[in-house]
This record gives sequence, structure tokens and C-alpha cells, in this order.
Amino acid sequence: MSGYNTIAFDAGRCTGCGECMDACVQAKSEDGDLAHSRIRIVAGEAPDTWELAMCRQCGDPRCVQECPAAALAKNAESGVIDWNAETCVGCLLCTVGCTYGGIVWDESARHVIKCDTCGGDPACVKACGEGALKYLTTSRIYNEFGDLEDLFVPGLAGCQGCNTELLMRHTLRRVGPEVVLATPPGCVPGMGSVGYNGLTGSKVPVFHPLLTNTASMLTGIKRHYQRQGRDIVALALAGDGGAADVGFQSLSGAAERGEQILFVVIDNEGYMNTGMQRSGCTPYGAWTSTTPVGREAHGKRQDAKNLPLIMVAHRCAYVATASTAFMEDYYAKLERAIEATHRGFSYLHVYSPCTTGWRFPAQKNIEVARKAVESNFVMLWEYTPEEGLHLTRPADDPRPIEEYLEAQGKYRHLDADQIAHIRRHIDENVELIRNLCARPAASPLPARTALT
Amino acid sequence: MRQTHYLIVGASHAALSALEAIRMADAENDITLVCRDDALPYSPTLLPYVVSGRSKAAFLRDEAWFAARRANYLRGCEVARIDAANGLARLAGGGAIGYRKLLVASGATPARPAIPGLADVRYHVLRTMDDAAALREALPCTKRAVVLGAGLIGMHAAENLAHAGAAVTILEREPQVLPAYFDATAAGLIASAFAQAGVEVRTGCGVERVEAAAGGCALTLGDGSRVPADLLLVGTGVVPATGLLEGSGVAIDRGVLVDDCMHTNVANIWAAGDVAQARGFGTQAKMLNGIVPCAVEQGRVAGMSMSEDPGIRPFPGGVRLNAYTFFGNRALSVGTAEEGEDCEVVTRIAQDARRYLKIVLRDGRLAGIFGINVGFDPGIMWELILRRIELGEAKARFLDDPQTTARALMSKRWR
Repeated sequence: MSGYNTIAFDAGRCTGCGECMDACVQAKSEDGDLAHSRIRIVAGEAPDTWELAMCRQCGDPRCVQECPAAALAKNAESGVIDWNAETCVGCLLCTVGCTYGGIVWDESARHVIKCDTCGGDPACVKACGEGALKYLTTSRIYNEFGDLEDLFVPGLAGCQGCNTELLMRHTLRRVGPEVVLATPPGCVPGMGSVGYNGLTGSKVPVFHPLLTNTASMLTGIKRHYQRQGRDIVALALAGDGGAADVGFQSLSGAAERGEQILFVVIDNEGYMNTGMQRSGCTPYGAWTSTTPVGREAHGKRQDAKNLPLIMVAHRCAYVATASTAFMEDYYAKLERAIEATHRGFSYLHVYSPCTTGWRFPAQKNIEVARKAVESNFVMLWEYTPEEGLHLTRPADDPRPIEEYLEAQGKYRHLDADQIAHIRRHIDENVELIRNLCARPAASPLPARTALT
Repeated sequence: MRQTHYLIVGASHAALSALEAIRMADAENDITLVCRDDALPYSPTLLPYVVSGRSKAAFLRDEAWFAARRANYLRGCEVARIDAANGLARLAGGGAIGYRKLLVASGATPARPAIPGLADVRYHVLRTMDDAAALREALPCTKRAVVLGAGLIGMHAAENLAHAGAAVTILEREPQVLPAYFDATAAGLIASAFAQAGVEVRTGCGVERVEAAAGGCALTLGDGSRVPADLLLVGTGVVPATGLLEGSGVAIDRGVLVDDCMHTNVANIWAAGDVAQARGFGTQAKMLNGIVPCAVEQGRVAGMSMSEDPGIRPFPGGVRLNAYTFFGNRALSVGTAEEGEDCEVVTRIAQDARRYLKIVLRDGRLAGIFGINVGFDPGIMWELILRRIELGEAKARFLDDPQTTARALMSKRWR
């Protein structure tokens, strides 16, 4: 089964102007009567709220199963539920099957009507000036990644709701089999990347360096293959603790020398697999097992260090931040990061919420990750020496930080002063990043390259 | 002897829906469908349109569809008896198929009312493609037709016969047409549309006996009057096709008794669709509910149960619903028209009497909605009932404009 493009509706942005319905009847009918519209915006329960009835192009469509005349079918190519005017008998059973009001009787046309996404170029989306309707094409990426070989064994053992498995599998699928993988101590090997009982956890060469020497060992391996004339990716899937604290010396050294390594840090803001100790990436105020909450202590007393900005200061060939809530953004950055390893050190910093250590329900992972980005708690950007730094998903109208903090148990104890501190820290960080976004140097030096 | 992991007896909506559900959870084990007709699967619901010529015997699925799901489709294969003790389906033509898990989705057969003389005259029923072909063939030479029973099949067939130019009389024992789906007012509107088209509708009218007569037969009614017919169509409902389960140990009332997972009392036998008797929504009583939407839902539940799909959501209970078109009009029926003391009922009827709307609320929730030539989305209404959604502040708006208000409720709650 493949993923399909889809029309998405954001009720929060809809103003009820009706331009989408006008555009639909212009595209789909002779007389322009609104009764022919395949998209129907209706007034919501609260004043000035708007809701939508239209075909969802279901993956398991009940209209198709209920049609006695085989006049409806899901198109395997486009994903659209196609309606066949020739075989339809007008019995209306499809309208009984659809719980979305997606297929309805058109009295003047004398047949049922439904959205066909205008063959992949929906008129309603183009007419929406508010951004309430979007035509999502992200499924293309999932199809592409689905076709790539999965290089980890089945059944990695992550905590419930953890997105690290998704990151591991998809990163390695895209990097491909010509790789040597380092997974230093942390959640990634904890989930089984290095294997159990003498069997490896991946189909590619994988090793388990010390926390301290990941980048050094990858340096040696990469240089060995370079001398052999073989193009491999030297890849690290590391945690934030290993990268920002105890492993930082070798990381910084490799970046300084411009080693051709792809170093991916999965940042869950602490040493989560060993019992949730604080790391240099643990934010101010957060509870961890070593920054407890009691009469005296109220979570971590220091702000997190901004490791990706420190990597920018190394003038790596490529540095970017990403989030598991915005995989499309991550995939684009992964492409550029792989490509940049031909020029120098490539660094990806992925913010990945931890259901266990951050204290929130397993099903809320993506929501927490999204709120972090939408509140500017973390910012998504990329940097190259040539293009400078720019935001890839700016939060122009950020959510209140409370929405992000309240979604997690590790911030439950925060008092007003602590929240004010976090807010000040975010404002400061936003200003710093915005200033860095200004403009790259007029004639940048090339990225650092290792002497091999 | 053929052995299969899953055996599905039947090949219509419930059977096909079960097959898809099984393949969602079990990509490996053998699935075999057996269909009594020597044809690709079709829907009995389509047959009136085959009679009228609007549909060219459209089949629900083709061979490629079965092949893509790695399912064996055996056509012209009738199961005579289920040997539950040995896990065998004994075939009418000899031989047997061994199964691990069995779904009985054998549908229903036309009810043959115990009217003296009926068995001795030639009459039509409409349940199979052969029935439809025979009726279609008879249309051009029919002058005087009698349709026994004003259910959906009878009404559809009467309309077909009227279009073909025959003089048609509908005889219904109950005091109104379509008693299972509409109240007396709506039924009156539907009956008047038939009357305007020249069809005689006689309700509250039992048949005493039937005799052969020149060119056909003659019916003697309860009031003593005689109605001649050169074509007699019996559409007095259907009875679940449970014959194959006789002696199998499977509990049968009017249909095959099933729980909310479509499981019968025998460990490896399930039933779904018109043959099954499952719990009604909001009651513990088990009901027959021979409609396509219910068959699809029951088939899905049965398939998930058989393949041990952990995502199974049990059958929520049968709701009466239907969509019916007649002489260019549309009638929709969702839920119960029963008006208890705790009910609030709103009825609207348009001046020209072509439009009718009735809404039944219970405890501030939708219990039933019925309309003729009124726009609302029956699927959304069905879901509002199943989810027991309290209308709350939206109640006044709902009664005023059920279509728009229900769409807003849907979009907010299960978008």
C-alpha cells in the first residue's frame, strides 16, 4: 500500500469566505451553482468557526464496499475514489456508507458527486487565500523511503511511543548500504542497533565505540576507505549526552579537521536509557533523576548548551537542526547532509522527545515535538558556509510556551519565575538565531577539508 | 480434498468485506470463497436495476481482485451441509472442502408465504441474477402484473413493471408500504407517487388464495375481491439461508445467532450479513437487518475476529437504515421511528407534499431521521446515532437544518 497526496483542512485558518466552493463549482459545473460544490464549508458550533464536509479518499473506503454496482473504486495510482457515471445506478447506498458527507446527491445534476482532487491539481486549494486548505504531497517521500531497503533488523526494542526507531531506520535507508555505522552508548544501541547474542542488529557494518571516541574512530575508518578509493558514508547515530558532553572533545576535533563524516545527534535532552540523568542538552527547569524536584531543588539550574550553534562555530560543511514532527524537513536536510560529506564534516541535530524520561503519554510524542517547534522552544534551521544560516520552518506566530511545558510531566513543578526564565531564554535564543540569519559572508572560504 | 484456512460461504457484500478485513491482518493463510451462482460476485440490491436495464449486470469484483488478495474464488459451488465436528463443508455436487475457520455469509432466500395455491402457480421472485433475467424477459409481454409485498424489492419491481407499460397492483398485508423503514405519513407520500404513476397500491390487504387462470393466475383477497395477473411477483421479504447449518450444532433462531464479534456458538464458525441475527443497537435483542451497510460492517468485524486482528472494534449493533429511490424521488431512513415517552419528534411536510422530514430525538440525542426529497447525509446521521452524540446547544439548529448542523458536528468530532 502506498501513500497518496491529500487535501488537508486547517479549521483554525478558515474564515468561511467560500472561495473554495466557488472555485469548485467553476471547475466542476456548467452553471456555477453552489449546490454542485464537492467541498462544503459549514458554520461550526462556536461563532466564526468553520467546518468541512468533503471526500477523504479513505484508504478503506466504505462507499466502495457498499456500492452494489461497482461504480466506486479506489484508484491504486492516485488514491482517489473514482466514481463511474456509466455503472452508477443512483441507489444512494454510498451516501449511507460515508460518515464524512463526502459523496452526496446533486439534485439538479441527478447523480451523486464527490471530490476527485481535480486530477492532482485541486482548484479549491488554489483559491484558498487563508492557507486553510493545503494539498499535501508528503506521501511521495514515504513511498520513496518505503522502496528503499530497511537496513536494521526487524523488532528494535524502543520504549512505547519513541520516534528514534523511525529516525534510525529512515536515516539508514537513505544513506544506503555503503556505510559504516557507529552507535555510541545511548538509546540507539539500547534499542538493538549493535545486536544481541552475537548477532548484529543491522545489515551493514556497525560498531559500538566508547562515548568519548566516536568521531575519532569514524575518522580512522573513513580515511582508511578513502585510501582504498572506496566511497562510503561514515555515519554516527549518537545521543545528545554522548555528543555534547563526554564525546564532545572528539566531535569538536573531527569537525575542526573537516573529517568527511555524517554525525547525527538524536537529542532527547538527557541520558535517557541509563536512568534519565541530566546532560548538557537538558533544558533549564527540567526534572531528571540527577536534577530532582524537592524542597530545595526545582529541576535543572542551568540552561542547555546550544550544541548545533557550537557546530556552526566550527564552520562545518553542513549543520542543521530537525524535529521528528517535521519529517519532510528532516528528509530534505538529510539529503543535503549526505551530499556535504563529500566536502567536509556534516552535522544533523534532531530534537526527539522521550516519552519515558519527559513524562508524557506515548501517543503524544509527535504533538510534543510539534509544540516545541511551534513555540520556538527549538528552532529548525540549516547552515552552510556558503549560504549562511536560515530558518527552514519559522514560527511566525509562536504558541505560548506554557502549551509546550504543560504537555510534559518533567516541567510540572515549574513556578512562575522559572517559566519567566524559560521565556526569556527563548526570546534571547530567537534573537540570536535571527541575527545570525542576516547574511552570509560576501566571499566565504571553502568548507574545512581534512588532509588525508 | 481441498483444504483451506479460511472458508467463506457466499460472495456478496459481507463475504467480500470479510475477505478484505482478513487480508489486512493475515497476509499468508489460504482464503477460499464459494459462490452458489456460476458467476462473479454480485449484489442482490442491484437486481431491480438489472431488471429495468439501467445496469448491465455489474459484478462487484473481478478475478484479478481475488488474485491480488491471493484468494480462491470457486463459482457455481453450493455448500449443502456443514459438518462442524470434522471441519468440513460438504458440497451439493459431491466432495467437500476442509476448513480451519468458517464464515457463513450465505445471505437469504425469498420468503414463500403460506398462501393456499401459491405453490401451484408460476410466479417470480427477485434474489438472484437468474431471477432478474427471467423477470426482465417477461417484462415486454406483461399486461397485468401483481406484486405481492410492498418491501423494497416489491416496490422496485413494481416501478420497473410500470415503466415497461404493465398495469400493476401492489398488495401489502400491513396498513402501509415499506413498513420496515418509514412511518405512515412518509409511506403515504411514497404510495401516492406510485398512484400518480398509475400503480394501484392496496394496503391492509391479505391474500386468501391463488389459482391458476387463463394466461396466468388470479388472487382472491381478504375482502373477497379477485385480482387477475399474467405476472405475479412475490416480494414478501427474505429468510436467512441457514439450511446448510442444519444439524451442525450452530444455534439458529430466525437467523444464525452471533455475538458482537459475529461469532456463533461454535468455536470456529462465524456468520455475517443477511444470514446473521446480531444484536440491535441499544438493545440486547438480536435482530435480522438485511441491508448492505450492515452486511459490510458485519463482514468487517467477522474478518477481523477470524484473523485475530488486535484492532478489532466489535459490532456496535444493527441500526435500521436505507436509501430508496422511486420515480425520481429519494427517500432516506436512518434509525428508529419509534416514539417513546422520552422522545422528542419533529415532523415537517412541504406544501406540495413532495417533501417530508421527520426527526426523532431521545435524551437529546438523535434516534432516527427520515426524509423524502430532503437533503441530509445518512452516513453522518448513522454515526451520530452510534456515537450517542448529545446535540446539546446544537439541538435547535439541528432540528432546523439537520444536514449542515450534522456536518459541523461530524467535522468537529471525527474529522
